Amino acid sequence: MANTIKIRAKEKGGETTVKALITHPMETGARKDKKTGKMIPAHFIQEVVCKHKGNTVMTAEWSGGVSKNPYISFKFTGAAKGDELELSWVDNQGESDSKSAQIK
Amino acid sequence: MSTEMKRRIFLKRSLAASAVGIAAGAGMLAPQQILAAWNKAAFEAKEMPNALDALLGSSDLTESGDIDVKAPDIAENGAVVPVTVSTSIADAESISIIASNNPSPLVASFILGTGAAGFASTRIKMGKTGDVVAVVKAGGKLYSAKKEVKVTIGGCGG
Repeated sequence: MANTIKIRAKEKGGETTVKALITHPMETGARKDKKTGKMIPAHFIQEVVCKHKGNTVMTAEWSGGVSKNPYISFKFTGAAKGDELELSWVDNQGESDSKSAQIK
Repeated sequence: MSTEMKRRIFLKRSLAASAVGIAAGAGMLAPQQILAAWNKAAFEAKEMPNALDALLGSSDLTESGDIDVKAPDIAENGAVVPVTVSTSIADAESISIIASNNPSPLVASFILGTGAAGFASTRIKMGKTGDVVAVVKAGGKLYSAKKEVKVTIGGCGG
């Protein structure tokens, strides 16, 4: 999957706030397809990793209980404006994506 | 194309679709090998204490006033419930979000890395009314805070 991440990072007073939106179905595997009556196979993001200068700032582990097209936000210190930030995810079917953004 | 033909194509396709379903089911264990970090036992646990034991090694919670759980009082749509957890506890290592009445209560766990502040925000699904529990791990101890969210329409199941 490509181009599934929207990320924004803003530095203010030494603290960087990161906000990201990921396009993903986040199927729990416990839902039935209304038309066919068959179970929809589980398809959800298991891990989101955010790195700043090679340091892992945050790792999120998720179950199918996170909403469709997930939103994630967190804060960290130690970054400056203009620094690169990389966010990546991997789901239970082995798909993944990553994106870099500049801290503003 | 005659109706008969369409019917045949339909049958063929539905057979193919079910085969894919079975293949995906059989492959369910494979991603586990790639993602060694993902804690299957914790995320698939049906009860909150079991999930906490598997994830954090303990289910012994201390209620703390230093954790703030922000979630709506009433969620009209259980499929999208915004939850924000912030904590002032020093040296917090992780923040876990649990929807106590969900079929699999453990929803998300944020492992805080270098310089990360005690803050995490996301949107979760809630099957029915229940407590949203935030568990913060700091210095080997678990602290928790909760907030009840009333759900009008559940977000799990069809």
